Formats: sequence, structure tokens, C-alpha cells
Amino acid sequence: MSMALSLQLIVFLPLLAAVVGGLFGPWIGKTATKVLTTGALFVGAALSWPIFFSYIAGHAEPQVVPVLTWIHSGSFVVDWALRVDSLTAVMLVVVTTVSSLVHLYSWGYMEEDPSQSRFFAYLSLFSFAMLMLVTADSLVQMFFGWEGVGLASYLLIGFWYQKPSANAAAIKAFVVNRVGDFGFSLGIFGTFLVFGTISIPAILAAAPGMAGSTIGFASMHVDTMTLLCLLLFVGAMGKSAQIGLHTWLPDAMEGPTPVSALIHAATMVTAGVFMVCRLSPMFEAAPIAGHVVTYVGAATCFFTATIACAQNDIKRVIAYSTCSQLGYMFFAAGVGAYGAAMFHLFTHAFFKALLFLGAGSVITAMHHEQDMRFYGDLRKQIPFTFWVMIAGTLAITGVGFGPLGFAGFWSKDAILESAWASGMVPGRIAFWLGVIAALLTSFYSWRLIFLTFYGQPRWAGSEHIQHAVHHTPEAEASEGDSALSPAHPAAAGTAGYHPHESPWAMLVPIGLLALGAVFAGQIFHGTFVGPETAPEFWRASIAFSAHLAEAAHSVPFLIKIMPLVAWVIGLVIAWNNYIRDPDAPAAFVAAFPGVYKFVANKWYFDELYDRIFVRPAWWLGRLFWKGGDIGVIDRFGPHGAAYAVGVGNRYTSRLQSGYLNAYALVMLLGLIGAATWALWWAK
Amino acid sequence: MIGLGHYLTVAAILFVLGVLGIFLNRRNVILMLMAIELILLAVNINLVAFSAFLGDLTGQVMAMFVLTVAAAEAAIGLAILVIFFRRRGSIAVDDADRMRG
Repeated sequence: MSMALSLQLIVFLPLLAAVVGGLFGPWIGKTATKVLTTGALFVGAALSWPIFFSYIAGHAEPQVVPVLTWIHSGSFVVDWALRVDSLTAVMLVVVTTVSSLVHLYSWGYMEEDPSQSRFFAYLSLFSFAMLMLVTADSLVQMFFGWEGVGLASYLLIGFWYQKPSANAAAIKAFVVNRVGDFGFSLGIFGTFLVFGTISIPAILAAAPGMAGSTIGFASMHVDTMTLLCLLLFVGAMGKSAQIGLHTWLPDAMEGPTPVSALIHAATMVTAGVFMVCRLSPMFEAAPIAGHVVTYVGAATCFFTATIACAQNDIKRVIAYSTCSQLGYMFFAAGVGAYGAAMFHLFTHAFFKALLFLGAGSVITAMHHEQDMRFYGDLRKQIPFTFWVMIAGTLAITGVGFGPLGFAGFWSKDAILESAWASGMVPGRIAFWLGVIAALLTSFYSWRLIFLTFYGQPRWAGSEHIQHAVHHTPEAEASEGDSALSPAHPAAAGTAGYHPHESPWAMLVPIGLLALGAVFAGQIFHGTFVGPETAPEFWRASIAFSAHLAEAAHSVPFLIKIMPLVAWVIGLVIAWNNYIRDPDAPAAFVAAFPGVYKFVANKWYFDELYDRIFVRPAWWLGRLFWKGGDIGVIDRFGPHGAAYAVGVGNRYTSRLQSGYLNAYALVMLLGLIGAATWALWWAK
Repeated sequence: MIGLGHYLTVAAILFVLGVLGIFLNRRNVILMLMAIELILLAVNINLVAFSAFLGDLTGQVMAMFVLTVAAAEAAIGLAILVIFFRRRGSIAVDDADRMRG
């Protein structure tokens, strides 16, 4: 099969499945929809891997598959076209693989949901939009995919639309992303203004020649490339939940867990990183923008990792962890290590999807309880989930030494070493923040494992568990006494509840992802970041610096060993606090209440935004509503007009006396008037 | 010698009488019908007078049509009047104000 045909199948099969499943789901039935959508994605995955391997083998050229004419207006030309090169091939593999596994997982996870057709149609729609984004040949088409994934994300976060919190989270995600999209669209406008085209290859070819030129913006003269890159980066910050625009991602956990795994961990949130890598020649021509990217990435990486340490909701811990890992990718891109950024994107997709789906399996086993304080001792009840979560945690914390390691070891070390080797101040700062974040990552990841799978069962305190127990006659009969204990956080015991391992449809995808989390780094590190092999793989698709990769390989041993040291320290602290001495966290909170509250309240970002943006917006809205709309427009518009008509009618209706001769008189007067006019004036 | 002017003067007087009969009469609907007949007659006099003055028969033919229509109108008007009297027990114009707004 030619690459052009398989590329079209990869991109458009999910669209077809989404349209058929979404519009005709009620008629063809949920099973047909599920088979159709899942099948479309599995076909896509099966077609993507050969493309990826042909690029690794080096016998595939970058190519563009034209699809349709879209906009031809003067010099502004946009066509629908699918572009594939090494970078796109990586994204195709990530998107189709994770998406197909998440589709399969949803068979089990969404088993009891009444609107499964809708869910699967949304998932496929998302996959289509994401594939359009990664195969974009022009910035406008990328923006189309960008907005498409935003829409799908909105629909899926708010999938359980009966929950007010889910609706609020969906709106928040959409609005915060809109801020980023505003920057992105300004960036596209500016790019067209400067380069006269929005075709990505043409822009990238012209970008180096634009370095150093200036452009008028907001009544200042600024460096053209810096301005464009920063505007585009604002878009990337919104989509990839970087500091400042990160607030939507943790709230997005209101959506079903497969959605969190697919959209809010593995694929959509990495779109910003992909965009920066796709436009890497532009960022290479704008060193200041690169520094900003580095600082923002490093700050996000550190700051969200601190928040993750103080969260109790299992999904929120992983969500903040996602923000943190995206920070790693960004500062890698910022220092010019685009290969390392893409490598971390690739491995992160596997282990983060794994962690989310594993968390979903735990949540199913614990009857929809998401608070880790009510877990404990689950490793014996759900051993398979336990082992794959261990694999995911080993991967995200970057365990490995020398030539052997889990996925995160290879990519995270590549990032940290590149940051150090870049030699610049931002790179050094990013390195140290990254090492601290690695320590925190190790701490919160092991904390999650220890709280969930070790220690004593604390299930009795959970309302969900009590609910489940009271509705299961056998459990009530066997251990009725403990089930009656009142709900409070510290309540120990099982409450007579028996967690069950998830169905096969959920365990198979997790198992496959676990393979990826264990081996993806080991197998592909040479392809992505090897100083000799990577340039042959990437070729012109990103601005890969073999020099930087070489320098990253030969950093001092002390620097190389830092992530491992951080891992050990994080593990020891987590072990001490949650296994050896379970009272230690409470003692820490008592000793430093300010620090704990600051971190547990997410650095008060939501409260800050509430004061700065939300409340003034409410105030302004009320002003325009009460003062502008009701006070002016309604008063002088519809209401005023209606009142005037009413008053006028009271007078005019008196003319209608009902007497025939009065009417006749008026008629005659009118006739006389008309005749007079005709005789005197109308000649 | 009686000329065109005299005929037109008579017709104008009859017309004004008819109009005033419609407006000033508040008592009797029959008077109102008669006043309308008077207006039609004034118009007929004008038609015939101009017809004779101009030597064109069209005006006199027109007058015959008007007479016919006036007869039909009187018949219908009187019929309505009878129905009106049966329903209201009066033919005073002041009582016919059911259409007051």
C-alpha cells in the first residue's frame, strides 16, 4: 500500500467512524459503534507503525499528500494536505497507538454508561482532529486540528453533563484554551504578514533569513522572530497547560478516565510541544524566545510537581504530574534539544497513559472512589493493576543506570543532560529545577503507589465504598458490623468490601502500554537522541543539533548521576512518610502549616485568577446587564417602544367613536384635502 | 336663458344639502339614506348637464347607470335597516355605536 493511501486512511477513518457513530449511533446500536470506532483506530495504528519504521530505516522521504482545495484568496492560499515526515511519523504512532488502546479500554470502563455511542464518537472525533493537527502542512490546517482537539476535549470533559462540576470544568478548559488560541492566531496572522505564506515548509525555509529584523507591534519595534515565536508559544502554553494557563488541566479530570489518559496526558496536551518542534527553525532564529520557553518550561516543571505532592485525588496527582512532564519537554525544546523533547513526548505518552488507565482500573475496583486516603493494601486484591502501575512509576521516575533503564530514564536524562550541556544560564537553571522536579516526581509517584497499594486498608471511610457495601447483600451479611461504622477520613478497615480486578478489555491495553513504558526508551533512544543515528532519522523535520546531542552524551559523571540521586531521595522520603512512619506527613503539616496550605491550594492560582479575572468579569457583566441592557437598550428599545404604543393607542382609540357620520366626515375631509392638493400643488 | 352654470349651481346646492344631511342628522338612519340619494341625484344632474352642454351622450348613459345602482343601493339599505330595527328596536343614528373603540 502506498504511503499516500495509508496516510489518508489513518486520518480519515476515525472521522468516518465518528460521523457514522455520532449521527447514527442510536440506530446501528452501541456495539456497532464501538466496533467501528475502535476498528478505525486499530487500522490506523497498524498502518502508522510501518510508516514510523520506514523512517527509522531511512528509506522514506518526507511527502505531502494533497486532499482538497480550501481557500484561494489573492496571495493567501490554503489547501487541505497531509504532510508526513519523521516528526509526523512519531506523532502518528503515538496518537493512533494510545487512542486505539484507550478505545479498547473504554469497552470495559464505560460498560455501564447509557450513552456509549456518543462517547466513542467523541473519542474518534478527537483522534481525527489530532491526526489533522500532526499532519498539517500549513499553520491554518494545524489551527483547524488545534481547535478540533479543543472541541473534542470540551465535549469529553463535559461528557457527564449531569454533573455541574463537569460542565464547569469543560467551560474552564475551553475558555483558558481560548486565551492561548488568541496568541496562536495572532502568531499565524503575524507569520502571514511577515512571510506572505502560511505553508509550514516555506516559513521554515525563510525563517533563518528573518533573524534580526524588526517589526512594529503595540507601538514598539520588536524583533520579528522573537515576537512571532512568543505569540505562537502562548498558544502552545494554553494547549500544553504551562504555568499561568495550566489551571484547566487538573479540572479536566472531571471527564471519564480514558479521556484523561488519551487527551489530557498522552496526546492533546503534547500538541504544544509538537508545534514548537515542528516550527523549531523559527525558534532557532529567535534565541530570546527560546530562553522564555526554557524558563516557562522549567518553572512549570518544578511548580506543578510541588502541587502534585499535596493532592489526594489519584487522578489529580497524575494530572499535575502531566503538567510537570510537559514542562520538561518545553525546556528541552527551549535549549534546542528538540529530539529529546520529542523523545520524552513519545515515552511519556506510554507511561502516562498507562498510569491514568491504571488509576482508572483502581477507581473501578474501588467503586469510583478517587481519594487515595481511602485506599491502601490493594496490591493483593488487584495484582495485575499493581504491577503495571509499578512499571509506569518506574518509567515516570526514570529508573535506570548505565545502558539499562525504563522509558522515562532515557528521555528525562536526555533532557536534563541537554539542558546542562547547552551551557547557557537558562539551561543551567532549567537543569537544577528539573533535578528538583525529578526528586518531587519520585516522591509523589511513590507516595501514590504506597498510599494506594501498601499499608492498611482505609476503605471504611469512603462514602462510595459504604454505598457499595450497603447495596451488596452478601457483603452486608458477612461483615455487617464494620460496614456500619461512621464515615470519617481516618477510618480503618475494609468495611467488608472486596475490590475486583478489572475486565480483560481494560487489562489488555494497560498491559500493552506497560510494555511500552518498560521498553520504549531502551529500544528507541538511539533513534531519537543518539548523536550518530538521530540526525539520519530526523533529517530536516526538526532543527536537530547533533552537536548538542554529542555534548549531552559527554556531560560529567556527577551530572549524569543527579537524576538517580534525586530518585533515591524521593523514594526514601516517600517510603519513610507512608510506609515506615505513617504519622510523618501529619507531623510535617503541623510543623509547616503555611507551606502545606500554599501547595495544597495549588499556589492559590485559582483564587488569584478569581480575583483578577473572574470577579471583574462578573462585575463588568452585571454592569452591562443591569445598566447597559436593561437600563438603556431595553428601556429605550423594546420596552420603551411598547409603552409609547400603549399610551398613543389610548388617545387614537378615542377617534374611533363608532358613529358612521363621524367616519363619513373624516372621509370627506380627506377627500377635500386630496382634491385640494391635486388641484393646487400637484400640477 | 338657463345655462350650464345654473344646472351646476343647483347640483352643488343639492350635494351640500346631502352632505349636511349625513353629518348633522343624529336621529334617523332613513334620513341618512335619503341624503345619500340626494348626493347621487346632484351628481346625476351634473352628468346630464355636461352631457347636453358637450353634445356627448355618454354622460346621460352614465346617469342611467347611476339611477339603477342607486335603486339597488336603496333596496339593500332599507333591507339592512329593517334587520337593524328588529335587533335594536330603534333606528336612531346615535344608537349605532357598537364599533366604538
